[in-house]
Amino acid sequence: MADTTADNPHAKPARWLVVAVPYLWLLLFFVAPFLIIFKISLSDTAIAMPPYTPVFGGWGAISDFVSELDIENYLFLTEDPLYFQAYMSSLRIAAISTFLLLLIGYPMALAMARAPNSIRPILLMLVILPFWTSFLIRVYAWIGILKPDGLLTLALQTFGLMGPDQQVEIFRTDTAVFIGIVYSYLPFMVLPLYAALEKMDNTLLEAANDLGCPPWKAFWKITFPLSLPGVIAGSMICFIPITGEFVIPDLLGGADTLMIGKTLWTEFFSNRDWPLASAVAVVLLLMLVVPIAIFQNQQKKVA
Amino acid sequence: MAKTLGPVKRKFSPWTDPASVPFIRFENITKRFGNFTAVDNLTLDIYEREFFSLLGPSGCGKTTLMRILAGFEEPTEGRILLQGKDISGVPPYKRPTNMMFQSYALFPHMSVEKNIAFGLKQDNLAKGEIDTRVEEMLKLVKLEQFAKRKPAQLSGGQRQRVALARSLAKRPKVLLLDEPLGALDKKLREETQFELMDIQQTLGLTFLIVTHDQEEAMTVSDRIAVMDKGIIMQVATPAEIYEAPNSRYVADFIGDINILEGTVTQTDSALGAPGLVRIDSDGLSVAAEQECQAVKGDQVAYAVRPEKVRISQEQPADTSLNAAYGEVWDIGYLGDFSVFLVKMEDGRIVRAAQANVSRLVDRPITFGDMVWLTWSRDAGLVLTR
Amino acid sequence: MTKNRLDATVLTLGFAFLYIPIIILVVYSFNASRLVTVWGGFSLNWYVSMWSNQGLMDAAWVTARVGLLSATFGTILGTLAALTLVRYQKFPGKMLFSGMIYAPLVMPEVITGLSLLLLFVAIGVDRGFWTVIIAHTTFTMCYVAIVVQSRLLTFDRSLEEAALDLGCPPVKTFFQITLPLILPAVISGWMLAFTLSLDDLVIASFNTGPGATTLPIKIYSQVRLGVTPEINAICTILIALVTLGVIATSIGTKRAEVRRIRDEHMALRTGS
Repeated sequence: MADTTADNPHAKPARWLVVAVPYLWLLLFFVAPFLIIFKISLSDTAIAMPPYTPVFGGWGAISDFVSELDIENYLFLTEDPLYFQAYMSSLRIAAISTFLLLLIGYPMALAMARAPNSIRPILLMLVILPFWTSFLIRVYAWIGILKPDGLLTLALQTFGLMGPDQQVEIFRTDTAVFIGIVYSYLPFMVLPLYAALEKMDNTLLEAANDLGCPPWKAFWKITFPLSLPGVIAGSMICFIPITGEFVIPDLLGGADTLMIGKTLWTEFFSNRDWPLASAVAVVLLLMLVVPIAIFQNQQKKVA
Repeated sequence: MAKTLGPVKRKFSPWTDPASVPFIRFENITKRFGNFTAVDNLTLDIYEREFFSLLGPSGCGKTTLMRILAGFEEPTEGRILLQGKDISGVPPYKRPTNMMFQSYALFPHMSVEKNIAFGLKQDNLAKGEIDTRVEEMLKLVKLEQFAKRKPAQLSGGQRQRVALARSLAKRPKVLLLDEPLGALDKKLREETQFELMDIQQTLGLTFLIVTHDQEEAMTVSDRIAVMDKGIIMQVATPAEIYEAPNSRYVADFIGDINILEGTVTQTDSALGAPGLVRIDSDGLSVAAEQECQAVKGDQVAYAVRPEKVRISQEQPADTSLNAAYGEVWDIGYLGDFSVFLVKMEDGRIVRAAQANVSRLVDRPITFGDMVWLTWSRDAGLVLTR
Repeated sequence: MTKNRLDATVLTLGFAFLYIPIIILVVYSFNASRLVTVWGGFSLNWYVSMWSNQGLMDAAWVTARVGLLSATFGTILGTLAALTLVRYQKFPGKMLFSGMIYAPLVMPEVITGLSLLLLFVAIGVDRGFWTVIIAHTTFTMCYVAIVVQSRLLTFDRSLEEAALDLGCPPVKTFFQITLPLILPAVISGWMLAFTLSLDDLVIASFNTGPGATTLPIKIYSQVRLGVTPEINAICTILIALVTLGVIATSIGTKRAEVRRIRDEHMALRTGS
């Protein structure tokens, strides 16, 4: 029968509260900030604290507000090619990283899903464990390895693959950034893929084989299409936050590693240009609207 | 002395007494879910101490009707009276009804006795009283030694009994049972049916059961309401439902039946006056002795149950019997019964069931035999709906 | 079989990639030498000096309090949000609501952090301990909502109906029936929220103020100056805590599983 208990007219006040509390909280602390960031991105820089001229002297001064708005910050973003390059570079790094993550994560997820039932929980725990450990710690761990006088150099020298006067020159390059991203985000990619692959009915492949389809072909015709929701979910879960990533390019990347998260951080903390930082964030958000919409759609289907 | 239909279970028939007041009354109840009408302007009376069944296929609205009585659904239109009082709008936790759920809905984190005590605790009864009542209930369902177990540590049959005990513990005015035996295997189900009847008799409660299993409804009920698409097709005792269905739908839904479509050629009957009714069904002439409102020329159905049809290789001598001639097309051996599918000349099939009274038969009727099917005038029934 | 061998190779390489850096980090926290590449023998020096590093200890204490409080608030709000998502079929703005739950999961932290900071400035709230808690509550509640939601989706509603039917009012039913049964999901939601709060650098950096330096902020500022074994030591302790937590939880689940199987045997033995 249809579920209508939720429409039960009894116990109105308590029911109201259940919706209202998280709703209002998110409206206040998640949605309202976006409106404010948008407004501030349209205001002028000032040296005062806070370092921008308030867009609203009071919530009522709407007419003043409209006349004071200007798109100066956005124009500045288009004038300085640095920003455009940073956006493009972020998208490029996020796209390549996501592809690398799929390339490494898919075989892992598939191998996990095919593993015997008895060891699957252990494998799952092994993937989840790094997911629980600090992001910062995991990135930090790579510094010691990739540094010119770090462990990778030491290892290569020890095994004679590199002369004693040579050093690995990965640290503070884009390569290090890719390694850091793939390392940090791998569990986020493997988990949704595994979830999609694990619930797949094994008899489907048997049926395909029975009907004369060889295993490799069965993979592309059966397994892969059915795992697509996991591929999309995993890709979006990785792609979107990587685009705005700050910690990894900051700690592992070089001076020429352009990523918009880093640019935003610098504008905010070093240059103290809050309106410009806001404009950078608004543009980044607009770029990510489509991927976020895809992700939300996917999640709703799952739920 | 008038003939009765089928066996009489007990002398209990308040519905035939115009002076008796219904215990529960569904009054013009309609329930819609969006565009779907689950219950359609339904009116129904249930009497105190009655064991009443709502019977129908899934989606017929029987569960919705029960949930309306329990208070989980509000009717879109109409009202429900319990002992004459309108209980529409009363929340489920304030209604004097208790329900036994199809899934049993035993609280997995509570022991058997805690489950049974749960409802009593809501009434803030004294601890001693709760303990006595729980013990009483455990004894009733024969689970005394399982009091401390969790539901997960019980078998399906035991869980079913805990669910029953829990819903009975508060001594509800009406006990609602939603497919109570659906999850049990056949043998256990049959045993439990009799236990249920026993408990209902002992405690003197009103039981309302929802089921799609006609045998179950026939066994346990004082009366059955056969439902289809949100309306009640017929409300009657099991014997009446079986022997005197009021429509093709009810006749076909309950048990096995031969239905022959035809036209009334002659009738001596009218409303309230039983008489002889003759029907022509594509050349086959059949007669029934009953009360029938149809007049000459009306399109009706003639229905006769297979076990009332005799099969023989000799032509019957008694010309007052209804008779059909045909070839044995198929035989279904069911152990206690054999069902013969006899194909008449025009290709229609009539079924006859015969009890297998002896293990060996002298001259068995077999495939391809030409046989006569006969049945008396009071065996068949003219259906106008 | 070749397929099995291939799978085993893939998994071995994958897990080696995931774990070797962490293992190295842990091992070098016991290194007597200050240099990362030189093994100077086993030593607990860095753990000792970590204890006497007042700045680090203060940050750890702040982080623990922020984590406990924001995880608790996040769990309460997230559980309510999950109930809203699953139990409330239609209400104005349901689309917006589910959007607000899913978006923070993927939103780049720099955007969330900056926008929330601007809100605090706009309404004139001084940044500090409580603004970090509000920020963490906001993003962790969404994770809790997802975890609890998946449990609620498989929850048998007739259990609640049975309680109502037996005379238990709705709010009491929630606390006596629903909450105890979804508690494992609520607890793992809390643990997730706690570790997310413990980890967060970016959002906290934007929303913190004087006297509310969290451990990740402290670690970050030190890491920028170079790798030190002291940081390795505190990282090792954090990793150990999380590992213990995860292992304890999985033992708990394993126990529950064993209990379930034992119960089933018991049920079978007693028959009908």
